[in-house]
Amino acid sequence: MGITEKIAGEKITLAHGSGGIQMHNLIRSLFQKRFRNEWLDQMSDSAVIGNPVGDGDALCFTTDSYVVSPLFFPGGDIGKLAVCGTVNDLAVEGATPLFLSCGFIVEEGCEILVLEKVADSMADAARAAGVKIVAGDFKVVEKGKADSIFINTSGIGRRSRSRCFGREHIRAGDKVLINGFIGEHGAAVMAARGNFDLQSDIKSDCAPLNGIISDMLAVSEGIRFMRDPTRGGIATTLNEIAEGANFGITLDEAALPLRDDVKAACEILGFDPLYLANEGKVIAIVSAEDSSCVLDAMRSHTLGRESRIIGEVTASHAGRVVMKTLLGAHRIIDMLSGEQLPRIC
Amino acid sequence: MKYLDEYRDPALAHRILDKIAEACGERSELAAIMEVCGTHTMSIARAGLRSLLGENLRLLSGPGCPVCVTPNDYLDRAIAIARQRDAIIATFGDMMKVPGSSSSLYQERGNGARIEMVYSPLDALKIAEQNPLNKVIFLGVGFETTAPTVAATLAKARADGVKNFFVLCGHKIVPPALFALVNDPELKLDGFLCPGHVSAIIGSRPYEFIARDYGLPCVIAGFEPLDILQGIWMILRQIIEKRGASVEIQYSRAVAAEGNPKAAAFMEKVFEPVDSIWRGLGKIPASGLAIKEEFGDWDAARVIQADVGETREPAGCICGMILRGVRLPMDCPLFRKTCTPENPVGACMVSSEGTCAAYYKYGNG
Repeated sequence: MGITEKIAGEKITLAHGSGGIQMHNLIRSLFQKRFRNEWLDQMSDSAVIGNPVGDGDALCFTTDSYVVSPLFFPGGDIGKLAVCGTVNDLAVEGATPLFLSCGFIVEEGCEILVLEKVADSMADAARAAGVKIVAGDFKVVEKGKADSIFINTSGIGRRSRSRCFGREHIRAGDKVLINGFIGEHGAAVMAARGNFDLQSDIKSDCAPLNGIISDMLAVSEGIRFMRDPTRGGIATTLNEIAEGANFGITLDEAALPLRDDVKAACEILGFDPLYLANEGKVIAIVSAEDSSCVLDAMRSHTLGRESRIIGEVTASHAGRVVMKTLLGAHRIIDMLSGEQLPRIC
Repeated sequence: MKYLDEYRDPALAHRILDKIAEACGERSELAAIMEVCGTHTMSIARAGLRSLLGENLRLLSGPGCPVCVTPNDYLDRAIAIARQRDAIIATFGDMMKVPGSSSSLYQERGNGARIEMVYSPLDALKIAEQNPLNKVIFLGVGFETTAPTVAATLAKARADGVKNFFVLCGHKIVPPALFALVNDPELKLDGFLCPGHVSAIIGSRPYEFIARDYGLPCVIAGFEPLDILQGIWMILRQIIEKRGASVEIQYSRAVAAEGNPKAAAFMEKVFEPVDSIWRGLGKIPASGLAIKEEFGDWDAARVIQADVGETREPAGCICGMILRGVRLPMDCPLFRKTCTPENPVGACMVSSEGTCAAYYKYGNG
């Protein structure tokens, strides 16, 4: 049932923006239904637009908006996030990010010094990722009509014609890899909100992934699919991969890289790290034979020292993600439902 | 992680599981144990314990999720107050999506009501101090675990002279509900896994009537997988050794036989027992807490008038029977069909500690 067939008067709630089931349903039934075309219907992090530039490579195009609160948090800020997030959406499609645009919506009364700090950090992040910010827009709204600074970035990248990724290439026996600790961004923003009186040293993992991904692609033709597990965490991303497919995914709880301080914060506040946002992580589905060389390449990169194989693609429980618990029992891991924490990115 | 990983150790868990299997093997009939507390239910589902316990042992979930047993008329009143222009509702997050008769706090927030999620009633008091022109109403829901902190907050509000802070009191206490359960002819139990945190406050004595008068073993257990497994093993040992049922404390690192007298004294200072309606169990004598007369100025039920419409229960929902342990979520025609965590029909699906949510989320059904 689509959202448009629901009862008149139903309103947008924060759950519609949480990256979970409600958002997926809304995007499919309200937007995709109306905008339908072959490129949008890929429904991936970036649209792969084929060959409009004529030299054989494919163009990738993506966009993302950033509304994180607070603007500054340990390990990053809204500016760094706005560059890295869009760069990563291109990188996980195997593209080399080239150009970004940025649009600002700023609330009347925002300090110019704050805006300057955000712009500085965007410039730094763009340099680090090797992309150029080539277009922009700036709007101001009355006090109370937005919260300080909202940023939209769009990005264009180039993907070699020899590469193709897609869920359709995933096979039973493939391995699930991740480049390090999960849940750090979500936990850092949560702690930075200050409404929990939680003292911690947790830093957001916010980082551009194009470097590590290009190292991975250099050593293997066996990378089937990649995704960056942002809102909704790795649980939601893995469910997106498995949904409706003829394979399932089994996660190994014992193999999950989890920092003690993130684990402690989750225990205290009742969050599940599987559903916490990441901003510098890539999940790669890799053929079994190539998994160790890809893992080595990941571990050689500064963003991948703690890389692990965290699970496997299976022929059983098709369409579902199942976790083998520490005790050896199995339980289903679902997509995020409802909001775990609003305005995380 | 210190003090956590030790209680999740797989090798130890399997040693206890072997003992449990051995104990179950000595009995021909099935053993039914009720885990009273919602946190137990969640922990059991999360670790996948049910699938490891074998066929001869059945774990039934009890009425120990405070959100789930809160009746619709409480929610309807909270929603009616939320609609008042100068009201700010402060609540634990679990209450947000619980459907009342016709709306939920979550929906009301979408409609513009001011609803703040807090982790402590003291945070709600802070909100009241920061918003002197508003009425701040904290939704006091929970068992003996949360009631003392709410009592302490009310005492602080009175001492500090905060006049715009109120508690809508829906607190309940566990032992009278257990009394109702052991007298339920439909329910056949062999023992109780008693709640850990509630017992940290009330101690082990309030359960003694269950062992003494009904011959049912009771073990107060912690919440980690090893705590729960050891608790189950202790119950089985009592059954097999036939040495007379008793109340044992597995969770001795947090629970003393006499409980926490200081917390209990706070509760006694602020609250008094009243008859209370539990979703699924009906009215149970002296099972609820009301705010005493001397704290009446902070009692939302006395001070704040609200236009509460007619209370309705959702049709077809069997939350009531699930809360009494006489049906499982899979027995409900709505489970996984019209009732999901995104669109919960009954309270057992919405609360993170609800039995239906645990079965849905962790795939036991």
